[in-house]
Amino acid sequence: MNPQFETLNEFFAMGGHALYVWLAYGSTIGVLLGNFFMLRSAKKRQLRELKWSARVAAEELATENE
Amino acid sequence: MSLKELWHKLGSPRWFYQMSSPWVTAFGFAAALLLVIGVIWGLVYAPQDYQQGNSFRIMYVHVPAAMVAQSVYIGMGVAGFVLFVWRMKLADVAIAACLPFGVMLTTLALFTGGVWGRPTWGTWWEWDGRTVSTLVLLFLFIGIYALREAIVDVELRGRASALLAMVGTINIPVIKYSVEWWNTLHQPASFTISEKPTMPPEMWLPLLVMVLGIYCYAAHNIMSRMRIEILQRESRTQWVRNLFVVDKVSGT
Repeated sequence: MNPQFETLNEFFAMGGHALYVWLAYGSTIGVLLGNFFMLRSAKKRQLRELKWSARVAAEELATENE
Repeated sequence: MSLKELWHKLGSPRWFYQMSSPWVTAFGFAAALLLVIGVIWGLVYAPQDYQQGNSFRIMYVHVPAAMVAQSVYIGMGVAGFVLFVWRMKLADVAIAACLPFGVMLTTLALFTGGVWGRPTWGTWWEWDGRTVSTLVLLFLFIGIYALREAIVDVELRGRASALLAMVGTINIPVIKYSVEWWNTLHQPASFTISEKPTMPPEMWLPLLVMVLGIYCYAAHNIMSRMRIEILQRESRTQWVRNLFVVDKVSGT
């Protein structure tokens, strides 16, 4: 199995189809990465909220017991 | 664990939340590995197509996106059936989690299809059987999403989206056979399970890696979205509270 391109310039040029190849790969990789990080931040945000509400509930319980 | 036990356990979102954690991680790593290998293989090592030259490399992102988008829809249709017949809560969670991913992947399939169509057919868009039925797939995903946003009542929302998800599966065979029924621009399937590939292995192996990678990413993404959805819905229950208590008061 050998690389299909002799030089890096040749690789970027994609035999004249650079625009299409890089647009397709760029959009796919960009959207997948964006999707991944958006979901991760949503998860973190939810974790923070749930931790906060758990602490509030615990404090309420503690003051009730006093 | 027997199938019957598994079926019974799937009724419990709590059980799903607990057992899915290692799977999410495993599918995430598998997806990252497969996709990195697949992209490099497809971009650098796969041979050029004798007719299309290098624009043919777009296949390695276009075909997996389109294939997995349809699979996600089928999965959602099955979840719709389960929800409709057995009223399983987890199925409703699954429908909700499939929608954003389905919209994203179908949009990508249409976009990369257009980008591939331009150098190959000479046009960004053509009202051809496959492009139109894939557009219908996108509208189905968006439609069910909008429907769920519009209905406040949880029970009704579940049943309405389950019904639409089931009815919409009619579109899947239409997409599949569109290239045979309306023989216009779109090329026939690059990849089928039943037949020997017409491409040499140097060309279809990277495609297989990419398809598996996107499937793993779909599993990772949909499962983690389901976990977020479960925590959201069950946030007032004791088991969710206990997950986040810093110093545990009771042992439940």
